Amino acid sequence: MTAIIATAVAAPSALSGGANVIAVGVLLAEFGMFRQALLRDQVRLYAAQSALLSALAIVVAATRHLPELYALAGLSFALKVVIVPLVLRRLLRGIGAIGGDPRWGDIAGSHALSVASAVLVAIGMAAFGFFTVAALGLRSPVLPDTALSISVAVILVAFVLMIVRRDVVSQAIGFLSLENGVALTALVVAAGLPLILEIAFLFDLLVAVVVFGLLIRVHHGRAESMSTADLTSLRG
Amino acid sequence: MHAVLTLLIVLPLAAALCCLRLPPAAARLVTAASGAASFGLVLALVPAAAHGDISYLRLLRVDALSTVFLLATGFLYAAVAVYSLGYLSGRPGSRPAARFSRRFWVGLNLFAWAMLAAPMMSNLALLWVAIEVTTVVSALLVAIEGTDGAAEAAWKYVLLASAGLGLALLATIFAYYAGAQILGQSYDLGFTQLLAAAPRLHHTVIELAFVLAVLGFGTKMGLVPVHTWLPDAHSEAPTPVSALLSGSLLAISFYAILRYYQVAAATLGSAFPRDVLLAFGVASLLLAGLYLFGQRDIKRLLAYSSVEHMGILAIGVSFGAPAALAGVLLHVLAHAAAKGNAFMGAGVLVRKTGTKRIAGIRGGLDLLPWSGPMFLIAIFALGAMPPFGLFRSEFEIVAGGLGSGSYAAAAFLIIAVTVAFFGLAASVTGMLLRPAARQPEQPGRGEPSAWMVLPVVAGVLVLLLLGLHPPAELTELFGRAVALLGGRPA
Repeated sequence: MTAIIATAVAAPSALSGGANVIAVGVLLAEFGMFRQALLRDQVRLYAAQSALLSALAIVVAATRHLPELYALAGLSFALKVVIVPLVLRRLLRGIGAIGGDPRWGDIAGSHALSVASAVLVAIGMAAFGFFTVAALGLRSPVLPDTALSISVAVILVAFVLMIVRRDVVSQAIGFLSLENGVALTALVVAAGLPLILEIAFLFDLLVAVVVFGLLIRVHHGRAESMSTADLTSLRG
Repeated sequence: MHAVLTLLIVLPLAAALCCLRLPPAAARLVTAASGAASFGLVLALVPAAAHGDISYLRLLRVDALSTVFLLATGFLYAAVAVYSLGYLSGRPGSRPAARFSRRFWVGLNLFAWAMLAAPMMSNLALLWVAIEVTTVVSALLVAIEGTDGAAEAAWKYVLLASAGLGLALLATIFAYYAGAQILGQSYDLGFTQLLAAAPRLHHTVIELAFVLAVLGFGTKMGLVPVHTWLPDAHSEAPTPVSALLSGSLLAISFYAILRYYQVAAATLGSAFPRDVLLAFGVASLLLAGLYLFGQRDIKRLLAYSSVEHMGILAIGVSFGAPAALAGVLLHVLAHAAAKGNAFMGAGVLVRKTGTKRIAGIRGGLDLLPWSGPMFLIAIFALGAMPPFGLFRSEFEIVAGGLGSGSYAAAAFLIIAVTVAFFGLAASVTGMLLRPAARQPEQPGRGEPSAWMVLPVVAGVLVLLLLGLHPPAELTELFGRAVALLGGRPA
């Protein structure tokens, strides 16, 4: 009995403390995306969120003595903080959303809900995810379980983000942040995943970003805008 | 056998790379040859896979279950490669033909490669990667026509399927977590390792992983309510791609679900995973059956029929009886042949009449001496009429369901399949039998291309073979696969 009380009140280990702080940061970045009206700010916020993930990879590598994760942190940084934002910014510039007429393009399409309502829905979803996962009782000595609950909250908020967004670029960024949420879960529960598989996942993400970019360009070429409001011809 | 595995995974990729460089005239031959050769390689795998698992380099692993899905994909790859010879040569429209056809051939081979690779992966993570590759390649193929509808469908498809696969990745990660707790750091998500450790895995984690896998891969498989991309993508893609999407891609996603089913059944007992699949299957069958009424687009009609058949597969697994599981595997093959035929026949009708609107297509049997009757046969086969393969498979599924005491679900299956058949038949008989209105620019009687008939004839022969007398090797293969899925020999 005393042992249980002792573990309940003991200060968190460096791993779970660090993981929890960074996970909260990732969740806050996810919420921050709701209020970014400029597409380039969304890209920046995505890069910042990805940088937090790389930091978490380093924390996990140091505290759990998994040297492979240093390599993952480096690769993930190169891809998600440098290359993907670069690809997205080039894409935005290519379709005239940045640097062209400032009235066009760079401002994300309207939300299906007002920002305030969307955030309320997102808070509800985040709380649902947080408490549901906590109630599942997945406990193990190496698992920072608060961070796991938060990562599931991040994924659910990313779904809300994708649903309320009304333009193709923001939807794509919503998907990328969903992937960040999954990556956060992976760092928390599956830190020992072999590096080669992590590289496969990252490579896959890169291919997906290129394809998203191509399709955004196709959409922009057809619709002369990035709004998804006119994607209504296929029904029933 | 290792050489066969290696060739099978190298050949379509090599064909895709060749098509990047070669002129279209050569690219089409390379693709047709690669398709036929891949199907031959898969056939060569069947006897070996019916007797034991084949693994190679810890990376590739083929057992009886994966061979069933390789057969479906290999057959459709070959059929579609031949069909495309005719499809591309007489293509109306003014887009630059050389550029279009180069993209098409490269994309078709890459798509087939990713679909053939997925069931050969020994590892749940690489399985996920291969399925994600099928998504991105096929999204580009859906967009290839460059119309407004194609752009819209491709965007919906890539976004919804990627989000769904995000959930499937989460399932993969939980499967890793569950396994690593038992197996330690040496564990790399290898499927055999996980299955061997299954009885000791954490129950809640496996429940979570299974539900996420059904939801995530189910998005790609087209299970209601996460099927919404499917009718759009199937109707806007070029016809050969629609046939591959419907006949193999959905099946490959079902294969991924079956792998998680194996683990979940070994850990939790089969009751929980069967209930989950039953819920999704009933929703898919019911909704798709009703949507078949009142469709206005011929390819959307067939797309909803695919959702219906995916529902039948899910319900079949939920019965859990060996007969039902064998029926499910036969259904995968027969559905690939029948739905491939239906899409290819629809493609000829659309080419001949110049419209995808059901109301605009008239007198198909008069206009098309071969494709018309073949299309009708495909629709009857999809409606599980004897003597075709789907009759035998659905019969086995229903018999298995009745045998295992799932009377309500089996009765629902029979009723819903009948309703769906009426929906399908009502539209199709109008297109084929109602005489065409006399118009000055009426197209004459005749087939657009012999290449577009040949694979359909092959498909009918396969359907007859599966329905009348499945070869002994195939029955053996099914028996072994059913044992893998946990159905005890009756």
